[in-house]
Amino acid sequence: MSERIDAAFADGPAFVPYLAAGDPDYEASLAYVEALDRGGADVIELGLPFSEPIAEGPTIQGAVVRALDAGMTPERFFEFVADLDVEAPLVCMTYYNLIYQYWGSADRSEARAANASGETASEEGPRPFVERAAEVGLEGFVVPDLPAEEAAPLREACDEFGLDLIFIVAPTTRGERLQRIMDRVSGYVYVQARLGTTGARDDVSDQTGASLERLREWDVPKAVGFGIKTGEHAERIVAAGADGIIVGSALVDIVAEGHEEGRPVEETATRLEALARELAAGAERGARRRGEDAPEPEQP
Amino acid sequence: MPALSELEDAYERYVLENEDGFVDEFRERLRDFGGRPTPLQRADGLSERYGREVYLKREDLVHGGAHKLNNALGQVLLATYMGKERIIAETGAGQHGTATAMACAHLDMPCEVYMGRTDVNRQRPNVFRMRINGAEVNPVDVGRGTLKEAISETMRDWSRTVERTHYVIGSVVGPHPFPAMVRDFQAVISEEAREQVIEKTGGLPDAVVACAGGGSNTMGSFAEFVPDEDVALHAVEAGGSSLDVDEEAGVAPNSASLSTGAEGVLHGARTKLLQDSHGQIMESHSVSAGLDYAGVGPELAHLVETGRVTPATVDDEAALEAFHRLSTAEGIIPALESAHALAYLEAADERGVDLGETVVVTVSGRGDKDLETVIEETEKRGLESAPDMRVFEGGLR
Repeated sequence: MSERIDAAFADGPAFVPYLAAGDPDYEASLAYVEALDRGGADVIELGLPFSEPIAEGPTIQGAVVRALDAGMTPERFFEFVADLDVEAPLVCMTYYNLIYQYWGSADRSEARAANASGETASEEGPRPFVERAAEVGLEGFVVPDLPAEEAAPLREACDEFGLDLIFIVAPTTRGERLQRIMDRVSGYVYVQARLGTTGARDDVSDQTGASLERLREWDVPKAVGFGIKTGEHAERIVAAGADGIIVGSALVDIVAEGHEEGRPVEETATRLEALARELAAGAERGARRRGEDAPEPEQP
Repeated sequence: MPALSELEDAYERYVLENEDGFVDEFRERLRDFGGRPTPLQRADGLSERYGREVYLKREDLVHGGAHKLNNALGQVLLATYMGKERIIAETGAGQHGTATAMACAHLDMPCEVYMGRTDVNRQRPNVFRMRINGAEVNPVDVGRGTLKEAISETMRDWSRTVERTHYVIGSVVGPHPFPAMVRDFQAVISEEAREQVIEKTGGLPDAVVACAGGGSNTMGSFAEFVPDEDVALHAVEAGGSSLDVDEEAGVAPNSASLSTGAEGVLHGARTKLLQDSHGQIMESHSVSAGLDYAGVGPELAHLVETGRVTPATVDDEAALEAFHRLSTAEGIIPALESAHALAYLEAADERGVDLGETVVVTVSGRGDKDLETVIEETEKRGLESAPDMRVFEGGLR
């Protein structure tokens, strides 16, 4: 398991921002991720763009399309991670097909030929991807379309290289499924604040408290995401008991706006850094409020 | 996932175990509302042309004009048994959306259909049919605006509304239990065909031929024949304009995932996909919008892998020729999807594949929806086998 991710959650609430790597292009994206790091990110989720991002709302889908159009590939993503100059540990958020296919990407034409001639091509599964991720210094994965039931090969590879595998728990996840996720999760658990896809909203769902309550016994940090976009949201979520907040769409919106309006990269980076500070400060306030609101410990 | 567990439970209870008489009601509605059983017709012209007995399973005669109703009716009925209040679906060519809208009107369920903007523009008659049956049609503008974008958008809606909504997937694709459940609803095709061919010929056919896009018509046509090992099963894919791919552009000018795709994971299933060397899903192509999908049902991919089903491709032009051939020789205007299966009768002979003495070919739907495409593509290619549409100029105006 990643000690760096453990450490990120050990010392107060963690602020976990997300950006799609390579959005809107490689160089600008490096500057944006580094701005989040300066703004107080404790862990950074970096999206490796997939052509069919079914768990994402329109905002992040837009980011994915821009990054793909600008030439982002899995190998380029690993170079991107290696080129980044950041303090925070990095988690890769992507879809399973890219992880599953990485073994064959170098010799896909051979695999295709073997396929066509009826031979079965050799299959290595997710291990080569995880090995390469560990090599460039990634600390874990979030894979929204990989159910815990099918996660054994990736879990094994993560264990081998000391990486975390983070699962998303939806408000509708209950019973045996919850248990199965608990058995396989490490690093932190991504608590979905509401049903649906990613996207910044104006309110913070009151499902959050109930969702956290169901996971109270888990000894893994709970980071809440989906719909957080202001410091005040962050404060309320942490005050409600979250160990961390995950923010994607509100940050991606700044990147998209900067791109559409042709702003200089530095200006967009400054805006990202400012929102990052606001969110991180909100999370800190939430943690203090929780301390204040908490009942006095009973005397033995 | 909880929605899938709930659906799996309902599938096992109602569909597999006939709890509360679900299967009996489904069969009755298929008969009275859907117009089943459909005939198995001997095609005299084609039989003579190919020197073998060619039988057509006439799914074009199902209510709505395609096999799609079998599945849509089954799923919408199941949703009512599950206590769901709302139906969503996605559609490419519009046949599945139309079938779902009809089933919803029949069973009094509100219905919303997601459809790529490009498809809305090229399949207008089906958009009107959905609207007339009371469904909302939501155009999807992202990406290229075709089926795969519509699927993603429908999944997003479902993830927000699972508690009261059922998502009617239109083919044997997606996460379990959809591929198995859709196969079971479509298996009525082969169940009837098997009985009918025995009745007419005294035995099983030598081969069954069906077109394959996502694979619901294919699995429906094959399901009851799978244990009959002497019956050869041929799945005919859209070869489009070429089997080569343009990796750089991320485009496959075909929809032949069984024949040329590689194993991968998409929309909750591990199956054969058209993808580039990185695992990104490619844009597919076919003259038939209904076959234009980058994946295929996992069970069908498995049957191909184990050698039980033989995949084949025919290109756009061969499908167009087969479209005209059936229309003039038999008086049946087939869907362009079905025309691919019919084209294989010709292609198999040319390629030295022996289909045997008796062949069943599924005509999965009727071709009214494709007429504009066919006229345009026929003119563009100057197909000699087709009637000259220009003689009608003036006469129709």
